[in-house]
Amino acid sequence: MKKGNPWLRTLFWIFISFLTLFPIYWLFVISVKPAVDLFSTPDIILKSAYWQNYVDVWTDRTLRGYMLNSLIISSGNALLCTGLGFFACYALTRFDLGGKESIFFWTITNRMAPPAVFLLPLFLLMTQVYRVGDFTLLDTRIGMILVYCTFNLPFAIWTLRPTLDGIPRELDEAAYVDGASSWKVISEVVFPLCRPGLAVTLILTWVFAWNEYLLAATLTNFNARTLTTGLSEYVTTTGTEWGIMAAISVFTLIPALIVFTMVQRHIVTGLTFGAVKG
Amino acid sequence: MHSNRLGWWLLAPTLLVLFLFGAVPFFYVVWLSFHQWNPFAVNPEIIYTGADNFRRLVFDSGFLASLGVTVAFVVFAVLTELIVGYLLATAFMKDFPGKAIFRTIHTLPLIMAPIIVGSIWKLMTTPSIGIIPHLLDEWIGYDLNIGQSALAAFTVTVIMDVWHWTPLVTLTLIAALVSLPADPFEQAQIDGAGKRQIFWHITLPMIAPAVVATVFIRLMDALRTVDEVLMLTGGGPGSATRYLGVHIFKEVFPKTNYGYGSAISVIVLYLTIVVCWLLYVGMLAPRTKK
Repeated sequence: MKKGNPWLRTLFWIFISFLTLFPIYWLFVISVKPAVDLFSTPDIILKSAYWQNYVDVWTDRTLRGYMLNSLIISSGNALLCTGLGFFACYALTRFDLGGKESIFFWTITNRMAPPAVFLLPLFLLMTQVYRVGDFTLLDTRIGMILVYCTFNLPFAIWTLRPTLDGIPRELDEAAYVDGASSWKVISEVVFPLCRPGLAVTLILTWVFAWNEYLLAATLTNFNARTLTTGLSEYVTTTGTEWGIMAAISVFTLIPALIVFTMVQRHIVTGLTFGAVKG
Repeated sequence: MHSNRLGWWLLAPTLLVLFLFGAVPFFYVVWLSFHQWNPFAVNPEIIYTGADNFRRLVFDSGFLASLGVTVAFVVFAVLTELIVGYLLATAFMKDFPGKAIFRTIHTLPLIMAPIIVGSIWKLMTTPSIGIIPHLLDEWIGYDLNIGQSALAAFTVTVIMDVWHWTPLVTLTLIAALVSLPADPFEQAQIDGAGKRQIFWHITLPMIAPAVVATVFIRLMDALRTVDEVLMLTGGGPGSATRYLGVHIFKEVFPKTNYGYGSAISVIVLYLTIVVCWLLYVGMLAPRTKK
């Protein structure tokens, strides 16, 4: 491997890439097979494609509702986290707030905690404490948008802080000297310069919210169920409908794949708490 | 600078949200873990019971079994990822045609939802549907059945985790290897050091901080593995793959014994905090020494 022909290395990586891609390909194969063909000898190469599973998923009203919920919750959460994270980072980098490093570290600990631990207290709080009259946060989209902040808001703060640190304070100062208001400085001087960083944060928080399963499974019943929970419902009901399950998986996977092509270089930085620049 | 009041106002919404959905649940679960509370039982009151829940936990065979398989899972998965990831990272150090594309493909699993990874591996390994049991049966006559064999189910969850997360290790180690200076390596070669000597005495000490950071990030994530295992095996067969997160999910809600469920959560949180603390020390201590 070390000195040999570079094409040998390419061959090695074709093999590794095959190992990475084959399981995903297999998901696609199952999703385009009619149920009767599933239990015959598995064919690796597709001879014909049967799209009915996708039609079934797309025309299923419940699943479409789940899809819409996923879309609203992840978009709402991504916007909220990126917005709040932007303001928080502006405050943390531009003001001399007492204990701000401790605050910064505290926000991150919220992301490090395992979500399974918070299932029970969040469930109890959302049914009994966080309520206005009969309105509880359980099984609502707004509830899920807020709950997802526990892992996405720290992430947004963590990834946006270097961006805001990188913008020279002299720019703010100059604008203030010219008589601009604080809001003008933030919206017309700092915000435009942060756009690339904000875009990456928005996209990654969106994917994390879209991919989330555990909290959605315990904190929603029907009204705010997401696509990932819909997927698990198809497994636990009597006898799994493998084709449908695969088709839902593909539907869930597509947005993440599109996003992947856009922010590939930033994924590692995001997943390692900034310890490694990807 | 300008009035700090504006700064606090900008920070306030963030602090409020994280307080309500991060800090309050944390203190609530700690408080509940010292109480007995079953809202659906004959006596639905919340009663203070001191450390009773924790005393019971020490003799809870279900919890201990879960703890045991979790440790085994984390050790096997993270160790395999580290070794494979390092080998792949060194393979990436040389130039070859198509390097950028292979790197992209290698990163792909990282963005995938854990539950989808679980679903993919379920389709790969379920007998009569999956390709893996089929091929194993055809080639070596081995009957892979993750629904019956505890060892098979455990192995498949480890393989699934390795498939999902090795790329993270590879990419972090690439970042570490790229930043190494060339001089010590050239010097060692002139002095006639073997490959193994160079690895143990030069490469490893120099990439140690990155390795430590990677290991603890992976440890932390592996400790909270739930979605994919829930999807793949549901924690079974028996309790072979009932890792701590799965245990909480399966134990707390159906049993409605909220005090005891809280105690389990607190212990899991405590274990994670210990690992997090090690992560913090492991990441920062080697850096500040320089």
